[in-house]
Amino acid sequence: MVLTVPVLFVQAQGTPPPTPLTLIAREGRRTVPTVIVSGQELIALDDVAMLFQVAVAEDAPTGSVTVTYRGRTTVLSSTQPIASVNGRVVTLPAPVSRSGRRLLVPVEFLPRALAPIYDRRVDLRRTSRLLIVGDVVVPRVVARVDAVGPPTRATIEISPAAPATATADAGRVIVRVEADALELALPPAGGGLIDQIRAGDQPNTVVLILGGNAAMPRTATATADGVARVTVEVPSTVPPPAESAIPPPAPPAASEVLSVATRRVFDLVAIDPGHGGNDPGVRTADGLEEKELTLDVARRLRQRLETRLGVRVIMTREDDRAIAIDERAAFANNSKADLFLSLHANGALGGGMAGAEVYLLSLDREGEAVRRRRRTDAVSLPALGGGRRMLEVVPWNLAQAAHIDTSSTFSAMLEEELRRRVPISPRAVQRAGMRVLTGANMPAALVEMAYLTNPEQAGKARTDEFRNSVADALYEAIARFRTFADEKAP
Amino acid sequence: MNLHRILPVAIGVVLLGLLAWGVTSLLERLTERDAAIPVTATPPPPTAETPHIAATLFYATAEGDALQPVQREVPLAEGLVAQGRQILTAQFAPPPAPYISAIPMGTTLRAFYVTEKGDAFVDVSGISAAHPGGSLTELLTVQAIVNAVTANLPAVQRVQILVDGKEVDTIAGHVDIRQPLVRDVSLVRAAEAAP
Repeated sequence: MVLTVPVLFVQAQGTPPPTPLTLIAREGRRTVPTVIVSGQELIALDDVAMLFQVAVAEDAPTGSVTVTYRGRTTVLSSTQPIASVNGRVVTLPAPVSRSGRRLLVPVEFLPRALAPIYDRRVDLRRTSRLLIVGDVVVPRVVARVDAVGPPTRATIEISPAAPATATADAGRVIVRVEADALELALPPAGGGLIDQIRAGDQPNTVVLILGGNAAMPRTATATADGVARVTVEVPSTVPPPAESAIPPPAPPAASEVLSVATRRVFDLVAIDPGHGGNDPGVRTADGLEEKELTLDVARRLRQRLETRLGVRVIMTREDDRAIAIDERAAFANNSKADLFLSLHANGALGGGMAGAEVYLLSLDREGEAVRRRRRTDAVSLPALGGGRRMLEVVPWNLAQAAHIDTSSTFSAMLEEELRRRVPISPRAVQRAGMRVLTGANMPAALVEMAYLTNPEQAGKARTDEFRNSVADALYEAIARFRTFADEKAP
Repeated sequence: MNLHRILPVAIGVVLLGLLAWGVTSLLERLTERDAAIPVTATPPPPTAETPHIAATLFYATAEGDALQPVQREVPLAEGLVAQGRQILTAQFAPPPAPYISAIPMGTTLRAFYVTEKGDAFVDVSGISAAHPGGSLTELLTVQAIVNAVTANLPAVQRVQILVDGKEVDTIAGHVDIRQPLVRDVSLVRAAEAAP
């Protein structure tokens, strides 16, 4: 790959994206020129050729474009939004287009159609505007203010875990992660004695800017469950007033401030963006695919949960890839998630059906028996060092049965919050044999956000307004359910 | 090569052939499988020579929000399995107006068989590739198949759907079909007379 090319220029109609795409590789980082045309981010194939050392050949009679790398080929169609990658067909958001003498392809071409023929990883992270090439370490870093205090407490989570150090400086704390770059999710504002949390001057640092009354901060690092956490506690230089001198401060809004003094019972949410890869799900007449909508809303929801609620979030897929249906619940189970939410968009044979729907699992006779017992079977196994320990045995097809009552509570909350913000179907909550819910060993529900077969809903599903409304509704439902779960916990 | 060496080999080959033929015949008789049955564009018209039965078939409403049971004439066949094939062939064929088939065009019936326990196996092909997706539509597809069998063949209690001869998780990513399913009328409207 070549990183020494001069500044590239896309002579295309359209506008540059608000934040440029940044390529990160062992050789360094650089801005990748792209352009937004009709809401679609495009990259010129001659720029791709220079960056990745691929050969591009256009076949005028057939209208196809062949991209070759070391004998491996991807053939793009100028009429269909597809590419043939080493003989396998992959979908793209749009076909190859022309602007003057240049050929443009959607940026999704890079991970979907170029990566399979390239000999290094090509990972496009749309949310953080990063294009990761090769064996570089780019963990996701989520920062939040847990308590305004004083002392003010903040947490920086690094996943997958990477070694990190925190250095207190004059009026600031610099957190340095052993990584090539960071995928950042930072709060828009600080809180208490922390004025701001922002990206550092180096690509692997995060800086906490402290307020005027901040004393020397204390920092600690720990790693658990594959996540490294740096905690920063900032005391105040102003001594606390006598209790009788001033009235106690008003409690801050619950959504803004969280206490880390006691471990919450509910702290990990698994979001499952439905479909993906060669399974597009329902497709609208103008080409919007269910898999794209579910992933986008999942990312919006994750951002809300991490920054507003302070819970950890895992997603069954971060990009456009196929995931086996049982792997989705297995991922949540293995991560010991407290909640599983599968996102989908619906389709009907007629065009009139509209509105969001919530599904929870319907139980057969065997499942009902498990639900009534409210527990699963356990076996006693010999433990290392002597003695025995009890191991819970959960048959896959009955995993959800023990949680169905709490899943029903969560579904009701989802329905109420969705009803406040988006159109909802007359059959708002339904029980059905949804495969993805069967193996989830935690409260779980599936949300169909809208009917993409309804022309009006299909149009709205493309808008930020609709997607944010759905994400807000799901966020509020999860926040309510967390309170419910924490209160219910022994 | 002398006769002493050839003879045992030849006898072994013949015995193996006979064994393979026997096993194949036995399996065919047990399962009553047959070759793929292409679905005709329309059910064969009733004639005076061909006796028919009135079967309840399940089609999606024009809006696609529910299944409507509709009485249709289906050729009478000898035996449970043969009658089941006739019913499913009619169910897979295009429906009368104004209904819509909940089973995608291009779906073919590969095989139908019933176990001694009363579990029917409906083996189809082409159903996933042509399915438009969506939880509701997938529920209608599954219920149309299961209900068409259980409503017309009282001996059948449960229906297992196979795709291309194999158990699959779902048809289009939502509804669990790895287990035999019982009749489900949650999306079925009240019956009405044949058009």
